[in-house]
Amino acid sequence: MKLTVWTYEGPPHVGAMRVATAMKGLHYVLHAPQGDTYADLLFTMIERRNHRPPVTYTTFQARDLGSDTATLFKTSCHDAVDRFDPEAIIVGASCTAELIQDDPAGLAETMGLSIPVIPLELPSYSRKENFGADETFYQIVRHLAQPQERTARLTCNILGPTALGFRARDDVEELTGLLSEMGIDVHVVAPLNATPSDIARLPAAHFNVLLAPETGEAAARFLEREFKQPFTRIVPIGVGATRDFIAEVAQIAGVSPKVDESRLRLPWWSKSVDSTYLTGKRVFIFGDGTHVAAHARIARDEMGFEVVGIGCYNREMARPIRTLAKEYGVEALITDDYLEVEAAIERFAPEMILGTQMERHIGKRLGIPCAVISSPVHVQDFPARYSPQVGFEGANVIFDTLIHPLVMGLEEHLLTMFRDDFEFHDDAGASHHGGKAKQRIEADPQEAEPQVAETATGDNIIWLSDAEKELKKIPFFVRGKARRNTENFAVEKGLREISLDTLYEAKAHYAR
Amino acid sequence: MNVPLTPSNGGCRNAPVLKERGQREVFCGLTGIIWLHRKMQDAFFLVVGSRTCAHLLQSAAGVMIFAEPRFGTAILEEQDLAGMADAHQELDREVARLLERRPDIRQLFLVGSCPSEVIKIDLARAAERLSKVHAPHVRVLNYSGSGIETTFTEGEDACLASMVPVLKDTTARELLLVGALPDVVEDQMLSLLDALGIGPIRLLPARRIDETTAVGPNTVFALTQPFLGETHAALERRGARHLAAPFPFGEEGTTAWLRAIALEFGVSEEKFEEVTAAPRARARKAIAQAAEALRGKSVFFFPDSQLEIPLARFLTRECGMSAVEVGSPYIHDALHGPDLELLPAGPQIAEGQDVEKQLDRAKAARPDLTVCGLGLANPLEAEGMTTKWAIELVFTPVHFYEQAGDLAGLFSRPVRRKQLLRMEAAE
Repeated sequence: MKLTVWTYEGPPHVGAMRVATAMKGLHYVLHAPQGDTYADLLFTMIERRNHRPPVTYTTFQARDLGSDTATLFKTSCHDAVDRFDPEAIIVGASCTAELIQDDPAGLAETMGLSIPVIPLELPSYSRKENFGADETFYQIVRHLAQPQERTARLTCNILGPTALGFRARDDVEELTGLLSEMGIDVHVVAPLNATPSDIARLPAAHFNVLLAPETGEAAARFLEREFKQPFTRIVPIGVGATRDFIAEVAQIAGVSPKVDESRLRLPWWSKSVDSTYLTGKRVFIFGDGTHVAAHARIARDEMGFEVVGIGCYNREMARPIRTLAKEYGVEALITDDYLEVEAAIERFAPEMILGTQMERHIGKRLGIPCAVISSPVHVQDFPARYSPQVGFEGANVIFDTLIHPLVMGLEEHLLTMFRDDFEFHDDAGASHHGGKAKQRIEADPQEAEPQVAETATGDNIIWLSDAEKELKKIPFFVRGKARRNTENFAVEKGLREISLDTLYEAKAHYAR
Repeated sequence: MNVPLTPSNGGCRNAPVLKERGQREVFCGLTGIIWLHRKMQDAFFLVVGSRTCAHLLQSAAGVMIFAEPRFGTAILEEQDLAGMADAHQELDREVARLLERRPDIRQLFLVGSCPSEVIKIDLARAAERLSKVHAPHVRVLNYSGSGIETTFTEGEDACLASMVPVLKDTTARELLLVGALPDVVEDQMLSLLDALGIGPIRLLPARRIDETTAVGPNTVFALTQPFLGETHAALERRGARHLAAPFPFGEEGTTAWLRAIALEFGVSEEKFEEVTAAPRARARKAIAQAAEALRGKSVFFFPDSQLEIPLARFLTRECGMSAVEVGSPYIHDALHGPDLELLPAGPQIAEGQDVEKQLDRAKAARPDLTVCGLGLANPLEAEGMTTKWAIELVFTPVHFYEQAGDLAGLFSRPVRRKQLLRMEAAE
């Protein structure tokens, strides 16, 4: 038993719903109690989908448990097939139905349906949403993909994008354009907008592009094993990753890696002098493994940030994220407990967070700007405008996303110069954001300040009051760094107290 | 005293009810925690359930309430199911940890879920045991919010019903008002009753455990929400007497509800007029403005919160709409009878749900406004229908005179919006 308040991932059957809802001509019959239908609103409200998810829930109640829930399942299955006329159905159980052990897979197989029935075994008490999506897509591919000749033209499939995916809609479009420039046609995109018959013809493509490893890797590995279709390992998020991806595709497909980069703006935007203020900004990165890995590289190599910590909530990606953390010389935080993430962010006191909607809330609480780079998502993460993450346009979008929450260059200088101004001070926040500016509450100069022992830190270092006061004059977005640096400096020098001098000696010590 | 007139064509109290069984597109009772944990400021709701329960609470809340919400889910893991861990020991440990971290918590609700009910974790026993451990500082109660037993607002009903047996005894003649209301609405209600000279008044749920809500044979109680059937029965078992009335939605509903209480407490007609005349006039004026877009239009209710029947009464009698179908997850005559009596005959009254068949009926009827859950609203809008998502009716202050205009506004906004948007070329 584990006490949880907020979760990064839903249960595995929600993952299966992300696959079913992404597809067309497929129906999901889910043995589940009344109430589990809440999951429909994830798709109709958060993603603003204009169709109900293609899911029939048996919605059994307490009175059904004593009688015959198995018959209820079979009736629901028949009704769903009659009403929706799908090309194939997937069947499975939610957490409660798993406990009553009706075996939906076995039941559906005995029903003599004329369409393929794909059973799902998704262990609700040990696995989560991403696993559910990955496993469901794999089972669909395993049941439906047919051996066949490769297409005459050079083609690939795009694997992994699902409903509720982070910018999946636009990523598919951007990637399709990039591949087309390289002379490669996209044969099938799956699961997003694919039909069961599209799945059947997956093996005709020459290779696969794995866009979303979290939800597509098992299927990609199966297609490689069974149909000798190689798949790409690099997810093209960021400038460097996109260039590497192009080289990888060129090598697999035997085409030229030359593509038109004229639309790519991130490199110049990042080199232009206005961006100097981004240098060395300390960022903490948390989300799903794929987006975190991509953003670590973007942050360090393309934005000139300092990465102070990375982590992911999906254990399936723990190993690559740990390896990456070593390379960056930071700790990896692998957890799905947001309280642990919050504690880590407090400890690192970064100047910016690249995270999920959960970290956006944490940032709000701690007063740290946050850019959302990964699921879990909110309705805000489904913008009306074209807003991909992959490829060259994706890199442009990411540049804008990462600088938007920050206080901009000249404004930052002005805050430093006139830090005692009553309305233009750091609690007022960045001026291009909405919200009313708060006036500084002027301290009453008559109030006597205590002379010593303001704050004791974890290492029992004491901030003297003049040093503490000086620290407060440092703008909020660098204050955490200054405090940490000064304390580290004091520890190194074996000091027990931090005075004004210590503060400035530390500043000189860390000057870059 | 302006007694509401029963419709000339007869009401719906004896109308045939369409009872269907099939897929039910409704929330489970856990959802009530979203508003209950805000209402009871010293209470914590601990769901004993699965990841699905935690995910539901998070998704239904829409925006996450990050200021340490007073609810959480103890997620059952494989070892709990396989009997490798004693669920009760695990629960004791989690509760001890929680109460240590939150010393401000005075009442803890252990909330049963579908999985905990199916594997039969005895939460009543756990509550008893934990009450002994943590008394007198913390009182531990239990109820089920599981989807196999409760539909959406029935979760609040189960929660309040679980509190009735532990209410103090009293022989005083008191008025007990039952149902969680937003604080602003509760204050308006109390000041109206106070102006009528009615008291002492007790509330269930009280905002804090120390407030002296008691019950006994001289207690009379009025429900402010139409989904409190179990609580109603539990209070009657304690000897309290129910004042049946239409629910306080709209000017007419509020007046009828207040009137039932005023009659019981012997308030004179002059006094009643004096207290209610001004807010009634205000409410009528506000409704008239907000309901302009609704007049002559038809409405179709999918079952959601059990508010459907009183709201249909409000929309048909005070906003000039006609009802096509009024679906409710459950209909209790003792609670819904007075509203059904006032609802003009005509609409199909439906209890329970087969969502596919009901969607067929709604699409055939093409009502001007469809009141439905979040899972159905956008898909119906995409087919050109106008919808009002029902959960907003539970999350917004809508009771009593001063909110009557807002209530009409909730229904008229989608209709007005459709009229406002123009995106075709100007030519």
